[in-house]
Amino acid sequence: MSSAAIDHAHDHDHHHGPAKGISRWLFTTNHKDIGTLYLWFSFAMFLLGGTFALVIRAELFQPGLQFVEPNFFNQMTTMHGLVMVFGAVMPAFVGLANWMIPLMIGAPDMALPRMNNWSFWILPFAFTLMVSTLFMEGGGPNFGWTFYAPLSTTYAPDSVTYFIFAVHIMGASSIMGAINVIATILNMRAPGMTLMKMPLFVWTWLITAYLLIAVMPVLAGVVTMMLFDIHFGTSFFNAAGGGDPVLFQHLFWFFGHPEVYIMILPAFGIVSAIIPTFARKRLFGYDSMVYATASIAFLSFIVWAHHMFTVGMPLAGQLFFMYATMLIAVPTGVKVFNWVATMFRGAMTFETPMLFAIAFVVLFTIGGFTGVMLAITPADFQYHDTYFVVAHFHYVLVPGAVFSLMAAAYYWLPKWTGYMYDETLGKLHFWMSFVGVNLLFFPQHFLGLAGMPRRIPDYALQFANFNWISSVGAFLFGFSQLILLLVVIKCIRGGKKATAQVWEGAQGLEWTVPSPAPYHTFETPPDPSLIKAQ
Amino acid sequence: MTKNVAKGNNKKLAVKLLFAVVGMFAFGFALVPLYDVICDITGLNGKTGGRVEVAEAGQLIEEDREVTVQFIAHQNVEMGWEFKPSVNQMRVKPGEVHVVHYRVSNPRDTLMVGQAIPSVAPNAAAGHLNKIECFCFAEQPLQAGETVDMALRFFVDPRLPEEITKLTLSYTLYDITEKSKTAAVASR
Repeated sequence: MSSAAIDHAHDHDHHHGPAKGISRWLFTTNHKDIGTLYLWFSFAMFLLGGTFALVIRAELFQPGLQFVEPNFFNQMTTMHGLVMVFGAVMPAFVGLANWMIPLMIGAPDMALPRMNNWSFWILPFAFTLMVSTLFMEGGGPNFGWTFYAPLSTTYAPDSVTYFIFAVHIMGASSIMGAINVIATILNMRAPGMTLMKMPLFVWTWLITAYLLIAVMPVLAGVVTMMLFDIHFGTSFFNAAGGGDPVLFQHLFWFFGHPEVYIMILPAFGIVSAIIPTFARKRLFGYDSMVYATASIAFLSFIVWAHHMFTVGMPLAGQLFFMYATMLIAVPTGVKVFNWVATMFRGAMTFETPMLFAIAFVVLFTIGGFTGVMLAITPADFQYHDTYFVVAHFHYVLVPGAVFSLMAAAYYWLPKWTGYMYDETLGKLHFWMSFVGVNLLFFPQHFLGLAGMPRRIPDYALQFANFNWISSVGAFLFGFSQLILLLVVIKCIRGGKKATAQVWEGAQGLEWTVPSPAPYHTFETPPDPSLIKAQ
Repeated sequence: MTKNVAKGNNKKLAVKLLFAVVGMFAFGFALVPLYDVICDITGLNGKTGGRVEVAEAGQLIEEDREVTVQFIAHQNVEMGWEFKPSVNQMRVKPGEVHVVHYRVSNPRDTLMVGQAIPSVAPNAAAGHLNKIECFCFAEQPLQAGETVDMALRFFVDPRLPEEITKLTLSYTLYDITEKSKTAAVASR
């Protein structure tokens, strides 16, 4: 890739708008186009992963086996997890980063536009590879999204190799995205945009990108070891050959725990942008928000074994991982406090993005508290692998990460399309999602405490009522997402014209450009007087 | 001009970050031996050490202390061998050398190769169960229908923490016929 070629491409873009037809999307290096591609892709994956979830909930609607075989049920739980984590949540945040980071820091584009195109376009191939295994003989991956060895090596279906390569490709995509984000933030900020003046979404993404660079290669290493164990006779995870299955869990969770924060830190950034806007106040405690984010990122590396308390660890190890895990509640508490303090005595209005953001604060905190419960080692022996764990991580991921994404979509939609979305439909979407998500996941706490294990297609009769409620909530939540699709399509096609600032209380560089944001923005850096302290 | 400088910086940073990625990939693999070392030192995971010289045994026998050693034998699913110890448990004085035989037979009509993997519970005792001779040190090929008594000669280290009065030695036998086939043919 010669620099002359890049210059030429840039010059070309300067003189024209976007290319016409499909080639605009295939060959684009524009951060807004790539952001849009990421967002649509992740929405499609959200619906696909949601469909898998509805298969699970349909089967669990009543005790007994009704619709699917246990093996297919296991494939559904596995695919649901993989598609939602790697296909829906992560690419959605990358899409927002692509769209918003250059606009927020006054940069003309991402730092490495060619690589940006590449990192998106390998994703559809990765997921085609992975989802295609469902149609293969022997079925797709059925070992859970955590793919513990030897279940995923010795006892795996033949299609596991497709899964391994799919994970390799997704990992490469995430790593490229992360490198791009770091290079953009460190090198492309407009004059006057010092680090401590950056919007929190940019800060949280900078830290997330470092997490990605630190742990995605470890995941790539783990699946590579699996590949070698399966095909080349090594014994990384095979006890018979001197390996150790528990090593798999250590390696996986060394990736897996920071991964959890990769999916939630950008959400913190989004909420920290939305709440001040609709409370019409500056964010309370900006500096402490930055330091709290960094602390959470650091702590995320030393708590991984709390996922595996039951493997038989010495007491000292259990205590260390218990206390380290509980320590995370401190910086997280700082954040929740700051959001509430921002709203305190604010002139609040409750447009759809704000509703989602407030629901995020409340429901994410519930998920956080159940996390502290799970961190208590002796209690964890009771909760381990039950529906309590399922309820916990769905509370932080669905009304946590996913609600923040919906909040972001409503918040920036007018900036993307140039039109206001339909507020009535937006509110309807919010309330149906809110009621649905709580009906869906709250009863699962009780199921878990009563002892219902996760990842089973059938259950004892005493669990029937709560499962029934949970399934009703699942279908309500699932189908209300079609309202979001309707809102977005309506908003693209027209509506009330959006102003540049869109929201009365909105602050930041992205609101200084017209709506919809022109194809090229900040080709000359913005006036430094526009850059205010947060 | 400044644009080109920025581009150069981006490339440099991207290369540096790429090195970090490669480094973390290598770190993932480095964790494998690191894990073994940590398990060796701490006895985590019930991993026992290798062969111990006879000279180290019997130096000091603690006459006034006895611990119970339990023997458990499992085999990998669908292996179909018989595998069990001659005694289920015994009382031993730390430092005393004892022998236990494990009877193993291959009722199938083909040659099979087994490999036994030991594990000790509680973890803290793992480093104190010393094996002078063990069938687990080598692969065990059995002809069709063959039965063998395999010996385990061991002693419990007197440095075993006072609070441990009972330890369990568990063997899992794995079918490694496929894996050792090539090696076995070559050695014959």
